[in-house]
Amino acid sequence: MSKGKFGIHGGQFVPETLMNVINEFEEAYNKYKNDPEFTAELDALMCEYAGRPSRLYYAEKMTKDLGGAKIYLKREDLNHTGSHKLNNCLGQCLLAKKMGKTRVIAETGAGQHGVATATVAALLGLECEIFMGKEDTIRQALNVYRMKLLGAKVNAVETGTMTLKDAVNEAMREWTCRVSDTHYVLGSVMGPHPFPTVVRDFQSVIGKEIKAQLMEKEGRLPDVVMACVGGGSNAMGAFYEFIGDESVRLIGCEAAGLGVDNPKNAATIANGTPGIFHGMKSYFCQNEYGQIAPVYSISAGLDYPGIGPEHANLSDTGRAEYVPVTDEEAVSAFEYLSRTEGIIPAIESSHAVAHCIKIAPALDRDKIIVVNLSGRGDKDVAAIARYRGEDIYE
Amino acid sequence: MSKIKEAFGKGKAFIPFVTAGDPDLDTTARLLVAMSESGADIIEIGIPFSDPIAEGVVIQEADLRALASGTTTDKIFDMVEKIRPQIKSALAVMTYMNPIFVYGTDRFMRRCSECGISAVIVPDTPFEEKQELEPYCSKHGVELVSLIAPTSHERIKTIAKESQGFVYCVSSMGVTGVRSEITTDIGEMVELVRSVSDTPCAVGFGISTPEQAKKMAAVSDGVIVGSAIMKLVAKYGKDCIEPVCEYVKEMKSAINF
Repeated sequence: MSKGKFGIHGGQFVPETLMNVINEFEEAYNKYKNDPEFTAELDALMCEYAGRPSRLYYAEKMTKDLGGAKIYLKREDLNHTGSHKLNNCLGQCLLAKKMGKTRVIAETGAGQHGVATATVAALLGLECEIFMGKEDTIRQALNVYRMKLLGAKVNAVETGTMTLKDAVNEAMREWTCRVSDTHYVLGSVMGPHPFPTVVRDFQSVIGKEIKAQLMEKEGRLPDVVMACVGGGSNAMGAFYEFIGDESVRLIGCEAAGLGVDNPKNAATIANGTPGIFHGMKSYFCQNEYGQIAPVYSISAGLDYPGIGPEHANLSDTGRAEYVPVTDEEAVSAFEYLSRTEGIIPAIESSHAVAHCIKIAPALDRDKIIVVNLSGRGDKDVAAIARYRGEDIYE
Repeated sequence: MSKIKEAFGKGKAFIPFVTAGDPDLDTTARLLVAMSESGADIIEIGIPFSDPIAEGVVIQEADLRALASGTTTDKIFDMVEKIRPQIKSALAVMTYMNPIFVYGTDRFMRRCSECGISAVIVPDTPFEEKQELEPYCSKHGVELVSLIAPTSHERIKTIAKESQGFVYCVSSMGVTGVRSEITTDIGEMVELVRSVSDTPCAVGFGISTPEQAKKMAAVSDGVIVGSAIMKLVAKYGKDCIEPVCEYVKEMKSAINF
């Protein structure tokens, strides 16, 4: 029986070699997710180590400048390691430890998930190996050194397009080589069941906090919650709590690279078609024969040809909207938020900021938008400078 | 009797794998005919995929070369259909779920059937997801090969009970590719299959030498070799027919000692 379905999407499309270890992971998750000792341990780490709850910041200058809806920023960039990725890594690594695993492996695009995994591995005393596309090791050299500093081994993946999808391929291959002592800390709401569910649950703290914090500040629900989407973990984490609140518009912002009509993009909902890849049925950028397309985005973290199965279903049912945002729009938003609020957002999160800039002016002033600022932009400064023609090196 | 079962009825089966379209489809066509003449009992035709997660470097590179040469699923089917009368071996297709699903699973299995392809092997679709394939396979009379791995343990019986064609025993952890040593107790895996099913068992992943093949064949019904062949194809390109056929003959005689 197929498990882990979201509408028609999801499932467990992995080699037989991985089925038992995936089942073992699912059992462990079901056993520990409501275990008081486990949740207390995780909550303590989330609070004392990660610095949660993250702030819900009223971006007053931005709001006034755009002249429309009231804008709040969910400051996941203030999370330890600089992004929301840590939430999931704490949960999964703690689980891995309970399962008796001594080694974790992970894929990374921008390096944020790699850094978060390496961080928790250091904290919990786990051996750690990260797979990162060679192209991305160049784009995000600082994060590579950061991971090494944290004691992780970083493997530059030189197959295929040498980006995030190839890093996932290689991490899966590595996992099939060594399952007995190794847990694969998948970094997004994708892959085979139970990963989309587990990662969503560990990230759902974002939406829960947004709801409670906004209730305290405004006494009501937001009108819009928006986030950038690659695989979709920060978006799923922000959306999940609000799925039942039908008045809340959920908007996922995809990386459109040079534009949705240009082959150099990574906008899966805009341009993808149904497929089965990386363990899941979902939408993928691919050709008529099911060959996965070499996608592109300035953002290494969104440079992925697929999207998590729950997002695919939210798109099918119309519960969430997905919009494409280009490199240029994202870079402008990166600069805008830096100047306007003194907050340098990750280039990934800048895609959500860009769409907020687009829609906020047209909304009434009594409307409230929450933008999930999934990460901080320090890692992107050199690349953005190069994009703008300034030759600085890290 | 199915063509696959028949292929296992003549002693231990030797099952070579080739990535279709590496270096080009014309070479693949010649290779299929020549391997059949050299004693291949079943030939696995690999439909290349951009992201073959169960493959080691040798077949990954073969897939990329094949795609770069313009190979498509349709061109592969057309080629096989054309040369099928010249091939005595049973044919199976090995590819990933996405190329099948996107082509249209029903249409894919229909084309297999029209081209005389008896079975499909889909390494990223486990037992739990076989509904994605099985109904279309049965509809068009194509057998769905089940894979079992060194980590399968208690799953082996469940999988074997519903197996068709042959059971593909994955010899080792990890991906395809040449290995110097195989440490898994294949005999035990095969015994578990045989305790619930009479579906033949063929061993693959990591086998390259006649000695390894002989050892694996002694405890199973056949041996699958892919990477060792694709290494020859990579080395000799369009001139690979002769070296591959010599290799096939050598392996075939090693397992039927």
